[in-house]
Amino acid sequence: MTLVIKNGRVIDPAAGFDGVADVLIEDGVIRGVGAGLSGDEVFDASGLAVAPGFIDMHVHLREPGFEYAETIESGARAAAAGGFTSICPMPNTSPVNDNATVTSYIIEKARRHAVVNVFPIGAITKGSAGEELSSIGSMINAGAVAISDDGRPVMNARVMRRAMEFAKSFGIPLINHCEDLHLSAGGDMHEGFESVRLGLRGIPGASEDVMVARDILLAELTGARYHVAHISSRHAVEMVAFAKARGMSVTAEATPHHLALTDTHMHPYDSNYKMKPPLRSTCDVDAVVGGVVSGAIDAIATDHAPHPGSEKMQEFEKCPFGILGLETAIGIALQELVHTGKIGLMRMVELFTTGPEKILGLGRGTLKVGAPADVTIFSTDREWTYDVNKSFSKSRNSPYHGHAFKGGPVATVVGGKLVWQALP
Amino acid sequence: MKGLLGIEDLTREEVQSILDRARDFQPREERLRKLDLLRGRMIVNLFFEASTRTRTSFEIAAKRLGADTISITAQASSVSKGESLVDTLNTLAAMRPDAIVMRHAASGAPHFLARYLETPIVNAGDGTHEHPTQALLDARTILDRGTPLEGSRVAIIGDIAHSRVARSNVHLLSKFGAKIVLCGPASLLPVELKQIAPGVELTTDMREAIMGADVIMMLRVQLERQHEASFPSGEYFGFYGLRLEHLELAKPNVIVMHPGPINRGREISSEVADSQRSVILNQVENGVAVRMAVLERVLSDARN
Repeated sequence: MTLVIKNGRVIDPAAGFDGVADVLIEDGVIRGVGAGLSGDEVFDASGLAVAPGFIDMHVHLREPGFEYAETIESGARAAAAGGFTSICPMPNTSPVNDNATVTSYIIEKARRHAVVNVFPIGAITKGSAGEELSSIGSMINAGAVAISDDGRPVMNARVMRRAMEFAKSFGIPLINHCEDLHLSAGGDMHEGFESVRLGLRGIPGASEDVMVARDILLAELTGARYHVAHISSRHAVEMVAFAKARGMSVTAEATPHHLALTDTHMHPYDSNYKMKPPLRSTCDVDAVVGGVVSGAIDAIATDHAPHPGSEKMQEFEKCPFGILGLETAIGIALQELVHTGKIGLMRMVELFTTGPEKILGLGRGTLKVGAPADVTIFSTDREWTYDVNKSFSKSRNSPYHGHAFKGGPVATVVGGKLVWQALP
Repeated sequence: MKGLLGIEDLTREEVQSILDRARDFQPREERLRKLDLLRGRMIVNLFFEASTRTRTSFEIAAKRLGADTISITAQASSVSKGESLVDTLNTLAAMRPDAIVMRHAASGAPHFLARYLETPIVNAGDGTHEHPTQALLDARTILDRGTPLEGSRVAIIGDIAHSRVARSNVHLLSKFGAKIVLCGPASLLPVELKQIAPGVELTTDMREAIMGADVIMMLRVQLERQHEASFPSGEYFGFYGLRLEHLELAKPNVIVMHPGPINRGREISSEVADSQRSVILNQVENGVAVRMAVLERVLSDARN
């Protein structure tokens, strides 16, 4: 059984290829990229971009424990509808993914119910409490691809040092949610003019900066591979660039919303604009975009964080942090980066493919012959409007509901199988 | 005008018309009579945060206009049974009151609810955001003393960061062209306040703030809103407490205001609080008149 994706603009950063071509898939594997290929089934991609399957290295699937907000199945469907073929769920489930049993549970659930590939990230510390290292080795043996206490930072520098040393010996990256909890305590949005005007407690940019600075110094001390989750502040971007210039294995990801929105875009007291890190100032957003352009930032990751309406429809200070991200990521990246002329399509595809692939080593993110047949087909000009009420997610917390996009995902192929296709 | 959520969104004309109307409701020589302007109307006072003076003031204001009022405090409400704020308000709104007067400890709580409710909401203080009727009664009190707002110098001193009174006053006074000097310890005086409205200056030096002031507004030290020590304990009164000697730096006819309840010896000395310059009780009196004007306006707009 073969599938050929015909006449698309194939963009494969790993191969340095950008041109109109056909992609031939057989038995879940890429068999060729070239002209005049044929197969049993044909997908006409004329006028569309055809890229290696997009990887989202930072999502929250809420299972086990919070299945009312999202499940591995529903989150995977949302991923497919957003053009992602591989996703990495963070460990802040209940129980926390801090041991091989939970890791195996997630992988087994995903094998049976998820339409995309799921690569779990294990917790750094037991219960992500920041004190005692979790069973890192057995989680890696069970299939975890990185460690992180995402949602919380590792506050204790000594614990962080030990975690880095351990992660290094297994050759996996350590991902930190960079937030000094003492500086951010009680904060609900970015500290700045808007927080002062609205009478909401602020989370200063410095709460992120001091943690990134500490971690980079510890990464130098230990030689670990260190990755900054959802980078959002100007100084943090500068420090990652500094570490890279020193030749360190320091990487960073940015979310679509931190590339697009500032604290002034926030609808006052609307919790669909409440997330961590918070939407920051214009100069921070400019720096994050600048980091994506310059290469200081390696990947775009959504931090897809579903919360049900019952939790998000409350007083602002009571609402949990986080917004949906999977289905709008490509639309936002095109809108903020490509249509504005800041980067080309090749760089955009890199941020979703080779960027995360180099960090995680999943053996994906390319259309080279023999690679797993994960393909993201998207449009750069089709106009569409995001309706969060039609989302595959079980939650509805998106600030992009009703937003008109130019360009977005059109079809998603995972392991040679068409798992999602936009309505014409 | 649907409800009254804050001063920031009002125009100078809207504020002026409330202040003008409030004058009609100020007590005159003759004994106050109950009016029937709002007869048959129902106002719910919903206080999720402890308050004696504001709640009583709203209640008296409503009753003097002939409205019926019900006051509910958080402890007595279904909030203590775990009901969400939206559900509580929807339930109350389903009983068709004409307006809901609401105080809540969360900034933006009334703004959030206003998106879902038809019933007009009057904000009686939301967290550290706004307290619009306080600013209105403060302005009425300043004007009663013959001080025009335009060109006057108003020093607001204390915990500015956590003060809804300060925010509402800044918005109101700025609309009328007053010079506003915000003063407090740096940890309670975010620099961003300088851009909040035209005519705002900041200083951490209390004497500088008071120099040439027409009005001194002292703020309560909000012990319950401080989540950590923002200044060394025991040092507050020495640097930011208002004492008689400070008044000499101000204009001779300076007035001293305080939204209450006052902490004697913490932010204001007893001598100042009880001095001829203090208009603290005039503020309380004007509270009723201003709230009558607000309720009348909100309910007449709701009917039209």
